[in-house]
Amino acid sequence: MSGILVVVEERAGRIARISWEAVAAGQRLGAQLGLPVSAAVVGAQTEALAAEFAASPLTNGLRLVQVVHPLLSPYTADGFTLALRQLIEQERPAQVVFPHTYQVRDYAPALAARFGQVLIGDVMAIGDGPVFTRQLLQGRLNGSYRHAGGGPCFISVQAGAFRAEASGEDPLPMKGAGFSLYMNQVESTGNPLPMKGTGFSPYMNQIESTRALAPEGCSSETSPENGPSPAPAAQTTIFTPVIDPAQIRTRPGEPWRGGAQTVDLGSAQRIVSVGRGIKEAENIPMVQELATALGAELAASRPICDNGWLPLERQVGSSGQTVSPKLYLAVGISGAIQHLVGMKGSQCVAAINKDPDAPIFEVADYGIVGDLFEVVPALTAAVNAARQ
Amino acid sequence: MKIVVAIKQVPERDAQVRIDAAGKWPNTWIVESDLQFALNESDAFALEEALQHKEKSAAADGEVIVVSAGPERVGAAIREALAKGADRGIHIVCDDLSARDALGVARLLAAAIRPESPDLILTGLQSEDLGLGQTGVVVAELLGLPHATLILHVEKTETGVTVKRELEEGWFQTVELPTPAVLTIQSGGNKLRYATLMGIKRAKTREVRRLIAAELGADSAPVVVLERVSPPQKQKSTQILGGTAKEAAAALVEKLKFEAGVL
Repeated sequence: MSGILVVVEERAGRIARISWEAVAAGQRLGAQLGLPVSAAVVGAQTEALAAEFAASPLTNGLRLVQVVHPLLSPYTADGFTLALRQLIEQERPAQVVFPHTYQVRDYAPALAARFGQVLIGDVMAIGDGPVFTRQLLQGRLNGSYRHAGGGPCFISVQAGAFRAEASGEDPLPMKGAGFSLYMNQVESTGNPLPMKGTGFSPYMNQIESTRALAPEGCSSETSPENGPSPAPAAQTTIFTPVIDPAQIRTRPGEPWRGGAQTVDLGSAQRIVSVGRGIKEAENIPMVQELATALGAELAASRPICDNGWLPLERQVGSSGQTVSPKLYLAVGISGAIQHLVGMKGSQCVAAINKDPDAPIFEVADYGIVGDLFEVVPALTAAVNAARQ
Repeated sequence: MKIVVAIKQVPERDAQVRIDAAGKWPNTWIVESDLQFALNESDAFALEEALQHKEKSAAADGEVIVVSAGPERVGAAIREALAKGADRGIHIVCDDLSARDALGVARLLAAAIRPESPDLILTGLQSEDLGLGQTGVVVAELLGLPHATLILHVEKTETGVTVKRELEEGWFQTVELPTPAVLTIQSGGNKLRYATLMGIKRAKTREVRRLIAAELGADSAPVVVLERVSPPQKQKSTQILGGTAKEAAAALVEKLKFEAGVL
């Protein structure tokens, strides 16, 4: 067994940002273990993605395998599991790295199980060993995991966990330089200070920012009908898996967007976000008053929208919107990772929570530990007084 | 339809957790003796979906079976599910659940579920403690069944089910699957019910079969081990503003206005 294989995922026809982060994690692991890194894209037509990959300064010298079969579009767990199983049997990588997306969560555990392995999912750090760190108990604790089996080690990496800072420890200067360029470009597309603290929001301006990676005219050169453009640095190979239509047991439909999107939290300058700590729907207006005083949009964590207390379009997190306001004020939100990925890019985070150990305080600049039913009205009054 | 719901008992959401300092692998975990436990939230939604199907179905052969692995305390979670309306329970008695990896736990569940030959297997998409988020998918793999994850709604069809699957960023998708199949259920698709007094009484008379983990022939050496549990590293230096609510509020406004410049 040899090498690191990174499985790159597309979103809206482009390589998703979290996939670039998975590439960075794979490169880091490769440097640590002294193993070569290659990547794979999977689909029915992968030429455009391969060209985008080859053109990126992040992928200098990386080999790319295009795993191509008509039955790989649209995505199905059966199709991807079959195809990647065959690729892994041929390539025999020591480590397989995925971005931790909903799609990966849907098939990678089954793929790993097919090799008698277990996916180490949602990895946020890789230490010597390698030891993989992931969160436990909704972010209250960290767990350090080690792969003990004989087969390939499967991991998926958390959105926003692997990025430019990692390149400082990267022994390969070219890749480090490439990464800084990427970061600068992402910075230039959005909020002036989106990089503060724990990092940028992984899905923010995702299409725009990855587009900034590709050279000008890339999209027209690399459209499928024009065929792939030759990649000078990266070596690209095609892998054609054997898939029988009968092996695809599920029939996926076209994705649709839930509900009308009338609130654009993504462009809000200030957001007051409310979570489970609010206890009852009747208490929401108290938080709305604070938002109004601050000139802020009202947002919420998932349980609030699940309960129907606020519409789904106001939900922040992996299943809702990704935001990067100047001020994000979290009220009664514990800060599970699914929420944090949606707001980590905020310039300034303030949190009110009764639990001093709530994970939200790990990403907050300012915190008030206390009863929100006392603090929120006091804060509304203080804001109104300050504004007069 | 015969539906098996795999549930997990987890520490209560607001529980103050302490790392078990003496705990070395395979016992790396938290001190459980001072914790209260509850039914994992997305598992509660899986149970709700199953119960609603049984109630909607005209067929008299509808049955909801809950299965859970863990130590004696897990019996309470099974009783709670029975009180809400499940017909019977299976308790896989297992004192070393946290030492087993996802494949190890899925092997236990698959061994207990296989003889039941259900039409549908539902489970929550992720546990609130270990958060591995893959038990259902691996159970499907071990049983050779199709699966779908992050499901909010399940509709029975002639040949199987049509499900509403959540994608990222507010997108959804409909997926058709033949049955038997495994679905992992996302929170929020239904309103959860409470157990009624009648239900709690009835639950006492319902069967809970005990299976001993070691006797299922599903044990295997873990391929992934949890070596160490540690408090998270702070990613920012948070200024905690103390005093009364009024003092803290005034201090926060001051900071936001003059230090952060975001007001």
